[in-house]
Amino acid sequence: MGQITLNQITKSFGDVQVIPPLDLRIEDGEFVVFVGPSGCGKSTLLRLIAGLEDVTSGQITIDGRDATEVPPAKRGLAMVFQSYALYPHMSVRKNIAFPLRMAGLDKPAQDAKVAAAAKVLNLTDYLDRKPGQLSGGQRQRVAIGRAIVREPAAFLFDEPLSNLDAALRVNMRLEISELHQTLKTTMIYVTHDQVEAMTMADKIVVLHAGRIEQVGSPLELYHKPRNKFVAGFIGSPKMNFFMGSYAAEYDAATIGVRPEHLAVSATDGKWAGKVGVSEHLGSDTFLYVDIDGLETPITVRASGEIAFRHGDAIYLTPDAEKIHRFDNQGLRIA
Amino acid sequence: MAREVSNRRKALVTVCAWAIGIAIFFPILWTVLTSFKTEAEAIASPPSFLFFDWTLENYSTVQERSDYFRHFANSVIISFGSTLLGLLIAIPAAWSMAFVPGKRTKDVLMWMLSTKMLPPVGVLIPIYLLFRDSGLLDTRIGLVLVLTLINLPIIIWMLFTYFREIPGEILEAARMDGAELWEEIVYVLTPMAIPGIASTLLLNIILSWNEAFWTLNLTAVDAAPLTAFIASYSSPEGLFYAKLSAASTMAIAPILIIGWFSQKQLVRGLTFGAVK
Repeated sequence: MGQITLNQITKSFGDVQVIPPLDLRIEDGEFVVFVGPSGCGKSTLLRLIAGLEDVTSGQITIDGRDATEVPPAKRGLAMVFQSYALYPHMSVRKNIAFPLRMAGLDKPAQDAKVAAAAKVLNLTDYLDRKPGQLSGGQRQRVAIGRAIVREPAAFLFDEPLSNLDAALRVNMRLEISELHQTLKTTMIYVTHDQVEAMTMADKIVVLHAGRIEQVGSPLELYHKPRNKFVAGFIGSPKMNFFMGSYAAEYDAATIGVRPEHLAVSATDGKWAGKVGVSEHLGSDTFLYVDIDGLETPITVRASGEIAFRHGDAIYLTPDAEKIHRFDNQGLRIA
Repeated sequence: MAREVSNRRKALVTVCAWAIGIAIFFPILWTVLTSFKTEAEAIASPPSFLFFDWTLENYSTVQERSDYFRHFANSVIISFGSTLLGLLIAIPAAWSMAFVPGKRTKDVLMWMLSTKMLPPVGVLIPIYLLFRDSGLLDTRIGLVLVLTLINLPIIIWMLFTYFREIPGEILEAARMDGAELWEEIVYVLTPMAIPGIASTLLLNIILSWNEAFWTLNLTAVDAAPLTAFIASYSSPEGLFYAKLSAASTMAIAPILIIGWFSQKQLVRGLTFGAVK
């Protein structure tokens, strides 16, 4: 079981309130991702749940029990840190067994659990090595191994992949998702990378300046962002925003169009512009188009075969069904 | 790219290093040599360096006149006792200052260091009176206490700098893994800080072993360590250089041997954290 609720929790460091009153409910077995720009309070929120920081006010419950004052060791949660935080003086075996040893399990039971975890994580051959002798990906797996042997109520991941190189990151992302499918345990995952959030989450919590901007499934956030911040944060490349007369036409203060919802033509279309930089990725081409009256270039996602050169005239037409409208507060107009 | 060092420069540096090394070591060497001379040869002018009648007479006289092993035992108890007691207090203190610093942590550290700036003689009378009234004069326990207190700032400072090199996340991981505070300190922090703790231990044993101000002023017979043993040979009747040298050699030999065997650990500990 691993149902966690946050009830009007706040956190202040000195006079600075980093988390204003916040409510959140995480269901048992859910994969929840906290995402937001750096400094948005997502790691602080995770550390509050872990108990590594004390809440200033409010209540945290885990499976219905009030855990607000419970020390981290007794919350029944396991955490995987960004730096892996392995014990450098212990072998892999001892690292993984450490939580079991702290729980007072006897040696044979420890060994059995460590062996099982090592098998799942492909670490069997490395059990007698020290963390210093492992690669980044292997260290990360040891950290995960140390978390899973405890059979925690929930796993907490604090940007676990940001120290890995790009290729390994994709692999580990899959492995963590796979692990969630197997264990069906609640996982709370913190990242600043919206791609990780979109690909892994059942539920995404978008945070900005300590506030929850929106909670929803990846596709809900993609199709119906509640405000401009979420609209701009979710989706890659970022959504294009148009203001002034472009937006007034649609009865909005701002309109947003995703790069993949713009049709491209060399001859006619709604908005005329000039091609700036084009990035050819093979499968796609990203065009950066300068349009009169707009300060920043518009990003367009076109097919990989398209052939525009720098300075060419181009016409863009938005998919009318997929235009996002926002009022002057930045909130979505239904 | 490595900097190129010419052979001439290398030779110069080597000569300088040896010269400094010998200059530092010479007094010790001279003491050892003098301890094997007769009293007459010890004060002979010009002094003879190696060509004299080697004798062990001084050592036997010294052992006869004053019991070396009793002083030695006192030195061991006082230096090891005060260092271990100091570590017991300093490890939790340094832990809290390194990992849960408060607003005044820096001030506390500075204040502790400032106690080392005061000349010890400034507090001799109050401490002497306290010792006299509580019956601690000339006791080993009294000396252990006073040397613990004298060296505690250094022990805490050293440990604090080593502990700060240990990433806090590892201790948080231990907490998440279910470790109580004492388990976190015993199973995670201490083993990771072993090089630092070892060099702190060694340095403080050496400091306590050589400490002469308090050991001379607060002891008479029962608790007198080797420093008092040496001092007893610079008596009002006149100096006996050869015997004084023999006593000094016997006093410094144990610590010299410990230092020799642990020099690797000492250097490693003192430069620990300088490079990651």
